[in-house]
Amino acid sequence: MQSSPADPFRDYDPGPYFCELATERTGDGGARDVVRGRIGAIGLDALRARAAAAENDLINLGITFTVYSEASAIDRILPFDCIPRILTAAEWRTLEAGVQQRVAALNLFLHDIYHRRAILRDGVVPADLVLGNSNYRPEMEAFPVRFGTYVHICGTDIVRDAEGRFLVLEDNARTPSGVSYVVENRHLMSRTFPDLMAGVRLRPVDDYGRRLLEAMSEIAPEGVDNPQVVLLSPGIYNSAYFEHVFLAREMGVPLVEGADLVVEDERVWMRTTGGRRPVHTIYRRIGDDFLDPTVFRPDSLLGVPGLIGAWRRGNVTLANAVGTGVADDKAVYAYMPRIIKYYLDQEAILPNVETHICREQAGLAYTLANLDNLVVKPVGESGGYGITIGPRATRAEIAAARAALMADPSNWISQPMIGLSVAPTLTDTGIRPRHLDLRPFAVTGKTTWVLPGGLSRVALREGSLVVNSSQGGGSKDTWVLMDEGEAP
Amino acid sequence: MTRDTPLLARYAEGLFWMARYLERVENLARLVDVTQTFESPGHEIESWFALVRINADEAGFAKRGLIPTAESVKFFYLLDHDNPTSIPASLEAARTNARTLRPLISTEMWTQLNVFHRDMTRIAEAELQGDRLSRLCGRIKEGVQAHTGITDGTFFRDQGWFFYQLGRLIERADQTTRLLDIRYHLLMPAAGEERRIAELTQWGNVVRAAAGYHAFRRVAPPGFTPADVVAFLITDTAFPRSVGLCVTQMEWCLTQLRRRYGLRGTVAALERVEDLRAGIVGRPVEQIIADGLHEFLDRVQSDLIQLASEIGTAFFRDWRPLADGQGQSQSQSQTAA
Repeated sequence: MQSSPADPFRDYDPGPYFCELATERTGDGGARDVVRGRIGAIGLDALRARAAAAENDLINLGITFTVYSEASAIDRILPFDCIPRILTAAEWRTLEAGVQQRVAALNLFLHDIYHRRAILRDGVVPADLVLGNSNYRPEMEAFPVRFGTYVHICGTDIVRDAEGRFLVLEDNARTPSGVSYVVENRHLMSRTFPDLMAGVRLRPVDDYGRRLLEAMSEIAPEGVDNPQVVLLSPGIYNSAYFEHVFLAREMGVPLVEGADLVVEDERVWMRTTGGRRPVHTIYRRIGDDFLDPTVFRPDSLLGVPGLIGAWRRGNVTLANAVGTGVADDKAVYAYMPRIIKYYLDQEAILPNVETHICREQAGLAYTLANLDNLVVKPVGESGGYGITIGPRATRAEIAAARAALMADPSNWISQPMIGLSVAPTLTDTGIRPRHLDLRPFAVTGKTTWVLPGGLSRVALREGSLVVNSSQGGGSKDTWVLMDEGEAP
Repeated sequence: MTRDTPLLARYAEGLFWMARYLERVENLARLVDVTQTFESPGHEIESWFALVRINADEAGFAKRGLIPTAESVKFFYLLDHDNPTSIPASLEAARTNARTLRPLISTEMWTQLNVFHRDMTRIAEAELQGDRLSRLCGRIKEGVQAHTGITDGTFFRDQGWFFYQLGRLIERADQTTRLLDIRYHLLMPAAGEERRIAELTQWGNVVRAAAGYHAFRRVAPPGFTPADVVAFLITDTAFPRSVGLCVTQMEWCLTQLRRRYGLRGTVAALERVEDLRAGIVGRPVEQIIADGLHEFLDRVQSDLIQLASEIGTAFFRDWRPLADGQGQSQSQSQTAA
């Protein structure tokens, strides 16, 4: 008979992977042990009860994303795992500097390819990879953007290998989502697990809306006092609608849909009860293709006719700028270390995952010869779709990947399988290691600010490496510890 | 420190309709409850079907293939999601509006409505039976009242609040006229003392359905007449559901929108509401009855429809210039009887 609850970490075994909680590292001021001890004291049953209450909270608050099937729309929560992921102050300094460096390089790259194209002439990045890219926008050529900023909001997907090194997996320079969960997870954590956080000095995350509004105001057309910022959303049927609501509220600006805006005299106006009011900055959460039916997709009902014209006249600013998709393309990603070196004359603080470019003969040959050991990804997809994980694929899946590669090599890249780091996660069978990644969010107007931490997405299925919410991923609160003596 | 905060036309419309739908839900729950509790033995079908007539839903009811029984009326209003005037459908519409309004309304307003809506989508058939029905109606009323209280305590009072109030007041005034109209038809002039007493009980129930029974007892003479009930529901500006009070408050809201926020579109609506008030407040009820109560109520209803349409044209229309040309873009079942 047991008289006290067993330590829920008793048979926790992260195996060969780096564990965000268990692997020894310095500079955490003992916080990892404290958290581990407190979770042990709460015990499994109470943890489960509180986790269930937390998820119920999310449903009631409507902090949901919508999944559409053929017949119905279902509001789902992003499953929340109550055991936080902890980053030390030193780890965060590396991540922050690495993300800032990367955003700087992305913006310099975009400015260059839409103006002088030095990097293409110098042969650092193949010209056809950029100019022939479906996300390249000729409309952007020779168009000036304020402060040279194209990527105002950037989400950088970062993983950690078995040695604990941070590696960049992907840049999201179009309309990255997930930041609302960073802030809401923290609120949820404070409500549900105040005892877990007590006395642990964390960097706050609730400054995001103010920073974002500041950046959106900075980038408004020159000469506008008190610029009107709006958030442009596809509306309530979009799966990320909650995030749009969150951002509009945190900034204190109207959430508009295309039908709320009108372009007249090459200026953008919003339709209010008191007539039309000018709009100066649009944080748009709809893709380039849908922005303006007179320029891009003519069938788009989400956009605003004439918007691109008003923008090109310099009467309104779009964030992110049009045409950033060419920089976060998976094929261009492979060149990022060289792009950083080219513009900043620095080594990448956060290295890439080693990447083989199948459009190049050598990359294709290597990939075909090593399919069993590689992760093969289509360059144009997001959300974890179309990926073949060689070491885990069936013979038939490998054969299908091979056929797809041969049919259109330039659509593919391959990478070695990374033994992603794990973190203890509450499951039906107790606390178990689950793989996770990290997406910090960077906001850039005149300068770049990175929200401390970011979204930690965790693959809830045992052994799974796919963290995407559309494929069974959940999330964790991400704690960035303060340096000793650092003011909150 | 203040930022100038214009209100999107789409938000104004959403607030107006969210309030209307919720007011409708509360009134309907109250009517069902009163019908159940005070139904006159031997006249059950008549009293239940009066609900359908109050809401001018005869055509919709027939179209659903229902025949007038107590059970079918209860089904039609409490369970039938395909009936656009049912409680579940109205709540669905209210929540959809709230969803578009999430950037504007308080988190507490949204959360309560979200949870309330979910509870109401799970009403089981068994809850319509016996004593459970009255408890169900209580839960529905309290759900809306919680919404009203949360709104009162948390919703920022800039122009959006006035559009919210206008929606609520127009719906409330409309419901009161419908309640009165239908009962007035049911209750023909008195003949004999026994009949008169029975009728007074019935009139008491009319006031009960409007949640005004005890207040009415306090202000009405002991030997009250139907005219006293009519006066209470139409002209008594101390009674929260009287047409007179609602209209007076509408006028105040429209005036505030013009004065505080400089909305110039209020002119037509203000004229309409001034006319309405002049025809109600201070007018002797005997004269209203002598001129024909039904005609009077009909006119009020049609004026309210016009008013909603003028508000819609002035403030909501611009954001959907390609819409059907109706001011009341979310309107349903608001045709004059």
